[in-house]
Parts: sequence; structure tokens; C-alpha cells
Amino acid sequence: MRKQIFGLVSLGLLIAGCHTDMWKQPKTEPLDESASLFADGAASRPLVPGSIARGHLRLDDGYFTGIENGKFVDQIPLKLVDSAGKRKTLLLRGQERYNIYCSPCHGQVGDGKGMIAQRGFSLKRPVGNYHTDRLRNMPVGHFYDVITNGYGAMYSYASRVEPQDRWAIVAYIRALQLSQHASPADADQADLSKAQAQNETNGRLAQK
Amino acid sequence: MAQIFRPSANSIAHASLLGVAIVPLVLGLAIAALSRSPWNTKVDVPLNQPVPFSHQHHAVELGLDCRYCHKDVEKSSFAGLPATETCMSCHSQIWTNSPLLEPIRQSMETNTPIKWTKVNKVPQFVFFNHSIHVNRGLNCNTCHGAINNMHITAKGNSFQMAWCLQCHRAPERYLYKDKAPEAQGRAPRQQVFDLYKKLQEGGMKSLDEREKQLMSGHFDGTNDPADILAGKKLINEYGVKTQQLADCWTCHR
Repeated sequence: MRKQIFGLVSLGLLIAGCHTDMWKQPKTEPLDESASLFADGAASRPLVPGSIARGHLRLDDGYFTGIENGKFVDQIPLKLVDSAGKRKTLLLRGQERYNIYCSPCHGQVGDGKGMIAQRGFSLKRPVGNYHTDRLRNMPVGHFYDVITNGYGAMYSYASRVEPQDRWAIVAYIRALQLSQHASPADADQADLSKAQAQNETNGRLAQK
Repeated sequence: MAQIFRPSANSIAHASLLGVAIVPLVLGLAIAALSRSPWNTKVDVPLNQPVPFSHQHHAVELGLDCRYCHKDVEKSSFAGLPATETCMSCHSQIWTNSPLLEPIRQSMETNTPIKWTKVNKVPQFVFFNHSIHVNRGLNCNTCHGAINNMHITAKGNSFQMAWCLQCHRAPERYLYKDKAPEAQGRAPRQQVFDLYKKLQEGGMKSLDEREKQLMSGHFDGTNDPADILAGKKLINEYGVKTQQLADCWTCHR
């Protein structure tokens, strides 16, 4: 009898030990639903308007909006480009970010012939081509502003591209513009001989 | 007095003795098999979504980078789901009348998030961080299966602990770097996404054996001694602390 009671009690304890409250804890993860806490049912909250996260005060208008005193900034902020190393890092970062967020529409060389632009857009005005006189002469602040606030049919990319990355993309757009608008005079001798060698190889390959 | 047991009772007794041994075994195996089957793990079971989003179309046919939508995957524990605004950055212009996209337009108009069905999840006592895995060059497909072939997203692996441990106990079988000369100098993080570009531009035939396995969702670690050696080198290069990788607190904290 005693043994049976002991058995039953331990069985009861074992069954009582079955919980799922470790699997589903009273906490929310990013983008979880939270029906009880907030009226809109979303656990992730938008920023309270006017609030500024510690370390995110944006006093430098030129840096954070691309516009200073009502005019587009004409130069990429100096603190991003004041050494050769920084310039290279910025350009490479810009290339990477450009290829993720911009190339689907603007194309890998910035001619406005990206995959999405070719596959479905029927815009009143075509996707921006950076290699026009208008955009070549546009101050850098314009490009920064377009990434931040959108332009025409283009949506804002501010939530996906951080300010420093926006400047990196702007720098890369400038590099793209140069790449498609260079004259032979811009190339130094090393470039020229390299290009010539390349041409010869291509010629040989074509003959084969 | 008549016999209570007929002669056949002997065989029944033998059979039930055998049954006592076999039934729990079979039952145990059945439970084990069931808990590993797609019925429980939902592997390869496409789940209903409010919008039938195709990764295959967007990521491979159109060549959108994973990070175009999953913007936080390289810097946060959570990969991030696209805001409705992200969908609308193209679909305000493309397929604007499609009934399939009605939930997106509704969401935009009423400012209510779309309720996607979660496909990949771990119990809440598990800590998982996307960024550390991406920054060690682990391709999305390693865990998520052949995302590049999925029209409706399904889970690629069981996400059971034994599955996690396959790699955490022997990361050298999974760590990987593209050997092609043009891939040198690319950060491991970049190589993760380069692979999809490579697939988009060159098709399956441009990939090596291992990359093919990854892209078809059948990569279970390499057994090639040369690759394992290369994996060990990467462990050193990245400073992966292998002796801690399978400790309980690495994932349960």
C-alpha cells in the first residue's frame, strides 16, 4: 500500500512537471504580437515622436539631411573622407550598399536600367540615370536627400540605410559618374597600358 | 475439474512476454520517429501566408539581395522582416492591381502591420543570433534550406537541438570560403550573399560541389579532408572558441 501511494505521488509530480512555459515565456520578441499590452497589438513600439535615443542627437544638419542653410551640401562631410584609408573604406562600403539597395532599379552602373526597372516599371518618368548633365552637376547633398526622403516614385530608404552609409552610397555614385564620363586625359600611363594589354588579349580571344 | 488454461495459453504467455519487451521499444521508436518527422518539425511544409511571397522569384530571378528586405541580418540577432513600406517601394509601381497584393495595400493604407506566419522559430529558452553566423560566412541556406528554390517559404531544417549541435560540435565541417580568385578579399559576410549573385548570374553549373549542395538544400557538412582542414584554418582565423561552442550556456542563457 505504501509503495503504491509513493508510486502515485511520484507519477503525479512527474506529470505536474510538464510545462511549456519555458517554451513560451512571458516576454515578447521583435515584431511579436502583444494583444494585451498595447492597443494596436504590436509588441515592437514606434519611437515616441520627438524622442532622441542616447547618442543619436542630430545637430549637424549638413551631415544628417544633406541640406545646410536651405542649400544642398556640396561636399561629402570631411570627417568621412579626411584620409586615403577612410576614402577607400567609404567607397567600398558605398559599392556594397549601392548594389543592395539601389542597383535593383538604378542598375549596377547607375544608368537606370536595373532588373526591376526593366521588368515592370512603367513610370511617367524613367528611373534616374546618373549619367546626365543634370545629375553630374547636382551637389552631393541632393543624392543624400533623395535616399533619405525619396524622390518621385522612389520611396525613402532612410529606415534601411544609415546616414553614414548614405554618404558612402553618394560617394560611390560620384565614382560611377566618373567611370562613365572619363576622357583619355583622365587616365594615367599605367591605366592606359593596362587597358591596351586588355584590348590585345580580347582581340586574340575574339580571333580564336 | 476442467482445465482453466487450454494448451494455446502457453503460446499466448510466450507472446506476451515478448510483447512486454517489444511494445515499449516500438512505441519509443515510433515517438522518436514522429518527433523527427515533418509532421512535428514542419520541415519542407509550406505555410499559408497572407501574401504568397516567393523567395525564388525575388532573390534569384530578380536578384534582389537578401538584405534588401532582411536589413538587420548582418548586425542583429533578428534578421528583420520587411516593413510594408519595403514591399511598396516596388509594388507601388508593379502589380498595383493584383488581388494577391491587396493585404499589402491594406496594410499601407491602414498603417497596420501584415501578420506573416512565422516559419522559423526556436523555443524561447534558446538564444540565437543571426549576425554572428552571417559574419562567419555561413550561407543562409545552411540553416534555411534551399531558400532560392522556395515559392512559398518552408522550414529547411528541424531546428532541433541535435541538429544545431552537428555544427556546434564540428564547425570545421560547415565553415566555408569561396576559393575563386575574384572572391578573395571579400569579407565572409559578403561571401554569404555573393553566392546568390553567383547562382543568379551563372546558374548551378557555375558552382562547385559544395555550393551546389548548399543551393539545393542538401548540405550536411563536408567530409572531404581538404575542406575540413580549410575549415579548421577558418576557425583559427575567426577566433571561434570551439571548446565553448557546444556548452549549454552558449545557446541557453
